[in-house]
Amino acid sequence: MSRALALEVIAAGKSFGAFRALDEVSLRVKPGSVHALLGENGAGKSTLVKGLIGYQSLDQGQVMVDGREVEIAHPRAAQKLGIGMVYQHFTVAPGLSVAENLLLATGKLPLHIRWGRVRAELSAFMDGAPFKLALDAPVSGLSAGEKQKLEILKQLYLQQRLLILDEPTSVLTVQEADEVLGLLRDMAHRGEISVLMITHKFGEVLAYADEVTVLRRGRLVAQAPVAEATHDKLARWIMGEPEAGESAEALLDDAATRRLPRAPGSREARLEVDRLSVLDDRGLPRVHEVSLAVHGGELVGLAGIAGNGQRELIEALSGQRSVLGGAIRVDGLPYAATRAQMRERRVFSLPEEPLYRGCVGKLSVAENIALRNFDQAPIRRLGGLVSYRAIRAQAQARIAAFKVRPPLPQRAMASLSGGNVQRAVLARELSEPVNVLIAANPVFGLDFRAVADIHARLLAARNAGAAVLVASDDLDELLQLADRLLVIRNGRIVYEVDAASADRAVIGGHMAAGH
Amino acid sequence: MSELLRERALVLMRAPGSFALAALPTLLAVCSALAMFSLFLLAQDVSPLEALRLMFKGAFGSSFAWANSLQRAAPLMLTALCVALPARAGLVVIGGEGALALGGLAAGSVAVMAPSLAVKAAVPLMVLMGALIGGLWIAFAGMLRQWRGVNETIGSLLLSYLGIALFNHLVEGALRDPASLNKPSTLPLPESWMVGAMPGLEVHWGFAFGAAACVLAWIFLRWSVPGFALNVVGGNVNVARLVGLPVDRLVIGACFAGGAAAGIAGAFEVAAVQGSANASLLSGYGYAGILVAFAARQNPLAVIVCAVLVGGIGASGSLLQRRLGLPDAATLVLQGLIFANLLAWEALQGRLANWQLRLSSLGARDV
Repeated sequence: MSRALALEVIAAGKSFGAFRALDEVSLRVKPGSVHALLGENGAGKSTLVKGLIGYQSLDQGQVMVDGREVEIAHPRAAQKLGIGMVYQHFTVAPGLSVAENLLLATGKLPLHIRWGRVRAELSAFMDGAPFKLALDAPVSGLSAGEKQKLEILKQLYLQQRLLILDEPTSVLTVQEADEVLGLLRDMAHRGEISVLMITHKFGEVLAYADEVTVLRRGRLVAQAPVAEATHDKLARWIMGEPEAGESAEALLDDAATRRLPRAPGSREARLEVDRLSVLDDRGLPRVHEVSLAVHGGELVGLAGIAGNGQRELIEALSGQRSVLGGAIRVDGLPYAATRAQMRERRVFSLPEEPLYRGCVGKLSVAENIALRNFDQAPIRRLGGLVSYRAIRAQAQARIAAFKVRPPLPQRAMASLSGGNVQRAVLARELSEPVNVLIAANPVFGLDFRAVADIHARLLAARNAGAAVLVASDDLDELLQLADRLLVIRNGRIVYEVDAASADRAVIGGHMAAGH
Repeated sequence: MSELLRERALVLMRAPGSFALAALPTLLAVCSALAMFSLFLLAQDVSPLEALRLMFKGAFGSSFAWANSLQRAAPLMLTALCVALPARAGLVVIGGEGALALGGLAAGSVAVMAPSLAVKAAVPLMVLMGALIGGLWIAFAGMLRQWRGVNETIGSLLLSYLGIALFNHLVEGALRDPASLNKPSTLPLPESWMVGAMPGLEVHWGFAFGAAACVLAWIFLRWSVPGFALNVVGGNVNVARLVGLPVDRLVIGACFAGGAAAGIAGAFEVAAVQGSANASLLSGYGYAGILVAFAARQNPLAVIVCAVLVGGIGASGSLLQRRLGLPDAATLVLQGLIFANLLAWEALQGRLANWQLRLSSLGARDV
């Protein structure tokens, strides 16, 4: 008899405020199959999976397990039903042994552990397991692939019948990935488990999955047997086809925002990056000798799947991360992102997650708006003191111009909504003439109106002659805004195309790792 | 709903009337610490009420008691600034004791190097030397943090031990006055160099100097351009970098200023109290300053008040010893309890704002 679990999700929905993260998504994982879940960042994959695992319950829809409707209110409920999750990042205790980690996973530790009995049980389990690990091996000494195996073993030891894997191979080498996925597929086909796997890699889908579901902006785009899918088709599903009623121009039907042909005289490079290398937080090289140039009156889009070095590159350009090698030039002169250079050459930034990276939550809106010029007259008075009256006056004018709500300069920044935090940051960064603008995911998580507003501001800066570089996880956003697109993968620029001749399937292929 | 409350709370916290709210955790911590201290006293068959009465008497009950308390508050204000100034940049520096020791040693060594200096030059030079050496010591902890990634709390503590060891090494060695037999000391300061009492008081000028330093620090942090920048660094260092602020310079500068304050504390202890650099300097003012800064919630003006209170606790020790036979360390027990309670109540800060909002909304409904 098959142990594998049959899962059916019917019309699942989830909203965060006005944002619809998941909209009427239905999904069927057949028992004993490997089901791939594809989609861009923010397409709703995580929201769906969090609902299934009980981390964040769904607003609407039903979940059926083996044909019976169930309610999954918390992770323990999911565990009881036989649904287990393997996360992208390891959740093993590195200081303990394999055996101790397996025992820990059961979640119920007695006051006194009878190791004799536990070991006998664990060795019996390990004998029947698809991959073998030495029970006494310290986890800190395991390779990434072995740790991933331990994660899966933990779920098998708990006798879970549906494994949800979140990008299981992102930390593995190609060989390790092949081995792990191959063994899981074999287990599924023997009817021991079902697998639901989130991935960005088309190769894995085509090689190991039986069926594939594609989400896009919270909606179901396609569900098909993998036999009917091709590389091209997957890319097209993920990126979406431009629909007739929804062209970029229609979304931005504002005279101020419409693209203007570039003036012929403004082609000089304003921002130049020359073989720039940057380290990530762990001290490993993440950006490898990237070169690019952004010209006056041009908006260049930097596309890529999250985690391919775009964050590090943007942070280096906006002064938040030190540079390992290479050079940055603004207006042809070396640029080290000092305050004096920023002011003199009018370089501004819109960082991603503006509340955490773009402003100081505990300071007031007025103080945040003054971060660029609190050391200049009229805010800086004689004797080097700060005039809070001037800070307030400046904030009042800019809050009005950028429609920050509520229009109260003394409010703590952290008390504003996401869209208004971004507007306040815009009010700081875009109130003076801009020469170079560096933006990262400028509209992430914002509602439609805020998106249109912020896009209009970016285009207005470009139209006023600024060199604008926008990195975004959302390819559609870039196709809509950019004059030219760059694709970054594994810390290198791998593709460059004029927006006019850009093909989203081709771009998607260049973005996806391993192709 | 709770989201809305939190928002309103955040607004309230910034309102001018929020002083009471800011002081509340400290008051609660002192109350709960006194309650625990009472249990401690009961366990030793001492009446808590009698002990607390004596403590108040010993701290603030007479002009002599006041003088003693304020005398102790003088270095505490300055060592508290050694915590409060770097705290504005988001650092927890606890190495004030070492900076105080080296500052005192630097001041004492002025008498060794240039004993014939005129008093008008000598005292400022001692204070300056104390500030410079103390400042460099803590600035070094800041440099280790910014440039080498060493945690500043641990770094400053270890540097403090190093500073104390260096102090002992020099006082008992190269800088020792051969005439100091039982208690190794540097050469005594010429009588004319000693900093005297403020007119009409029995408290030396170091107290006025400390209080003035606190007021200046408050003005600097609240109103000056670098103070504003320091606030940004402490609030969100990513944003400070985004707008091009010289983060390393600001952090190390704040450490230098804090260390300088602690060094000046040491200099005044030498120039106004001890008359030479010796082991009496190491009586824990640097560590008690941490307590003062946390009780003051890193606000330099509140530091003045808290330093007087903690100075008072210290001053009351001898009376407890004489009247109730308690060991001198009893006051340290109370200080420790206050510190532990402060940390516990600090965690409740956000909730307090919420409670206040609930109360006020209940009141509004009644109207």
